[in-house]
Amino acid sequence: MDFRLSEEQEKFRQEVRDFLEGEIKQGLWQPSCDAWIMGHDPEFTKRVSQRGWIGLTWPKEYGGQGRSFVDRLILTEEMLRYGAPAACHWFADRQIGGAIVHYGTEEQRKELLPKILKGEAYVGLGMSEPDAGSDLASLKTKAVGDGDYYVIDGQKTWTSGGSRMNWIYLVARTDPDAPKHRGISEFIIDASLPGIAVQPIVDITGGVHFNEVFFENVRIPKKCLIGEENRGFYQVLNQLDYERSGMERLMANYPLFKALIQYTKETKRNGKPLSEEPVIRSKLAQLKIELEIGRLHMYRVAVVMDEGRAPNWESSMSKAYGTAFEQRLANTAIEILGLYGQLSPQSKWVPVQGMAYHSYLSSKGYSLQAGTSEILKNILALRKLGLPTG
Amino acid sequence: MDLALSEEQEMLKKMARDFLTDKFPKTVVKEIEESELGYSPESWREMAELGWMGLALPEKYGGGDMSFLDLAVLLEEMGRACLPGPYFSTVVLGGLTILDAGSEEQKQEYLPKIASGETIFTLALTEFSARYDAAAIETKATTDKDAYILNGTKLFVPDAHVADYMLVVARTDEKSKGEEGITIFIVDAKSPGISYTVLKTIANDKLCEVVFDQVKVPKENVLGQLNQGWSEVQKIIQRTAVAKCCEMVGCIQQALDMTVDYAKERKQYDRPIGSFQVIQHYCADMVTDVDGTRLSTYQAAWMLSEGLSCTQEVAIAKAWAGEACQRVMALAHQIHGAIGVTIDHDLQYYTRRAKAAEVSFGDANFYREIVAQEMRL
Ligand SMILES: Cc1cc2nc3c(=O)[nH]c(=O)nc-3n(C[C@H](O)[C@H](O)[C@H](O)COP(=O)(O)OP(=O)(O)OC[C@H]3O[C@@H](n4cnc5c(N)ncnc54)[C@H](O)[C@@H]3O)c2cc1C
Repeated sequence: MDFRLSEEQEKFRQEVRDFLEGEIKQGLWQPSCDAWIMGHDPEFTKRVSQRGWIGLTWPKEYGGQGRSFVDRLILTEEMLRYGAPAACHWFADRQIGGAIVHYGTEEQRKELLPKILKGEAYVGLGMSEPDAGSDLASLKTKAVGDGDYYVIDGQKTWTSGGSRMNWIYLVARTDPDAPKHRGISEFIIDASLPGIAVQPIVDITGGVHFNEVFFENVRIPKKCLIGEENRGFYQVLNQLDYERSGMERLMANYPLFKALIQYTKETKRNGKPLSEEPVIRSKLAQLKIELEIGRLHMYRVAVVMDEGRAPNWESSMSKAYGTAFEQRLANTAIEILGLYGQLSPQSKWVPVQGMAYHSYLSSKGYSLQAGTSEILKNILALRKLGLPTG
Repeated sequence: MDLALSEEQEMLKKMARDFLTDKFPKTVVKEIEESELGYSPESWREMAELGWMGLALPEKYGGGDMSFLDLAVLLEEMGRACLPGPYFSTVVLGGLTILDAGSEEQKQEYLPKIASGETIFTLALTEFSARYDAAAIETKATTDKDAYILNGTKLFVPDAHVADYMLVVARTDEKSKGEEGITIFIVDAKSPGISYTVLKTIANDKLCEVVFDQVKVPKENVLGQLNQGWSEVQKIIQRTAVAKCCEMVGCIQQALDMTVDYAKERKQYDRPIGSFQVIQHYCADMVTDVDGTRLSTYQAAWMLSEGLSCTQEVAIAKAWAGEACQRVMALAHQIHGAIGVTIDHDLQYYTRRAKAAEVSFGDANFYREIVAQEMRL
């Protein structure tokens, strides 16, 4: 057993930190919460790409670096620690590239992977539908074969980053007569094709983050199919393991944690900094403990992936744990900020740049997206613990 | 023991539910929230005509002669409807305080105008420390012939931008930093030297920063006893905390009702999600929290109404309500799935208000300390 990172890995962490700190110093962006999913900055993504930090874990033959998942976790952990605007490439780097490496044809790899590596693929994940949330397999959007084409009709919803995407990773029904899990296929399509309409949905924070996406008679070339026709659902399950696996499920609000600690040091009550009050110390220390437990979960997931296994129940555990932590962080932050905690980012006197307000509202969705905590705990109960189904 | 509402209270509740449902659909709430005024003058008049402003005021001041407990019933419905505007400020912060601490002359002057809906009141209590203790009061009132001169800044003052009068808690004895030397003033909110900034808040309610710069207040506008105002402030905080709890009961009751309805309707895996045991347990946890909040809130409201001493009961109610609201709203969101985290869904109105209510007029830590004191720890 060895919990240490290697010397190279520590060096790598330092390199990432130096890069990010340099960027902040130059005033290129400011750390913010949820920046991995809401911080769209094409230029930043380009600079990350130039460093070879997209596709870190992909095989070298496809332009990747062939590095470990622990290495990638170090990279993403630092991105999150600094609240870096990495949303343009995050999805493609996290799960789409891997899916193409795994299930794609040689032609698809040659065509699609370089675009992801260059940081030019802004992918929206077109899975959920109004009536197909947790029960994804009941999706209705259909892809009907027509010569060299499929014709897509239907609707997706909650598509994160949908108003910026240039690719859609789409899950659609290709065999309406088969049992529902066995008639689904995966596609990667150009988001600008005629017949695709994106309608933003304003979320609870007042921001525009997810979208409805409508497909009407959209003709896509057959080569957009990823993997085997009608086996898509099993590919999706595998991909979801990766979607759930990362540090973004624990540290999306790390800038808030950092700012909160700073706030308690700088804010005095009865002549003493808040950080010296036993109740506040205890609360912040508890958050730290919970964060460190969460990090161990996350590193375990990466180690599992490095062993060549899909992190199935492990990422269910870490995601459910991590998102609950983030919700507690937001609540504790508002508790410590008291009346000030209710001020919005645009208000006079708002502390910690309104991050507490944002996180409180935003974190309500964390335990829903990429699989609700209930579904994740079902997975844990069944697959990890072997409990019987009802 | 009798835990039921009286027939009259049931009628009031029903009337309030019908009126508020009719007048304040969420589209209207949204419009009002986004407006500068933060309330609808037209509905304000209608509420006054229904006798709501003076509900708990004596008849001789134009009131309805009903009790604080009756008011509690109405406040619960207002919480359920997410009623925006200065009702709470005017009636709970202003009216009940004047009724409790005002001279006969002051009561005769202000209460009828409150009851008729003519004037809007609020309370300017908290300052930069955002704490509800006496040490927090730094706004100064110094004497100047037959007047006082106010200087200082108040924060989180609800509805100050539309108020006609403000009850201002200020320090009249500079030498003291504690509970001694605090006085409450009735201040004409349009006096020269007062300026407002509306803060932007999670509940989209209109909390203001109010700056007093050499504001002149006539001596007869002292409310209650000079230098002895803190004990009245404590009563205000107590009463207001219970009134907040009433709104919170309405808030989480509605969130629960919406959630149970949704759990019956929404189908995944070919069955209502409410048939999954985890969802059933969530709903069971929610209703337990709602009922605990309701029971402790009404216990405190009843005791206040009866004039019984209830420091511990109030503390228990607000400490519990604040955290119970958070648990209930978290589960409501969890059960609603993604649809609940959109701005167009009604749930977010409750989520935002529950958070504001949790921190207003004492959070759980504040009241746990009071409970600890009551336990003689
Ligand atoms: C911020 C955000 C971003 C998102 N981004 C995307 C995206 O980019 N692309 C995309 O495709 N989707 C996205 N989603 C959608 C997300 O995947 C769904 O919200 C999620 O799968 C749940 O579906 P639902 O919201 O329809 O809830 P439902 O499935 O209707 O669930 C409602 C409740 O029932 C529970 N439930 C359902 N089935 C069971 C069961 N079998 N056992 C126990 N409990 C159950 C759920 O846990 C939940 O509590 C996003 C969602 C959010 C909130």
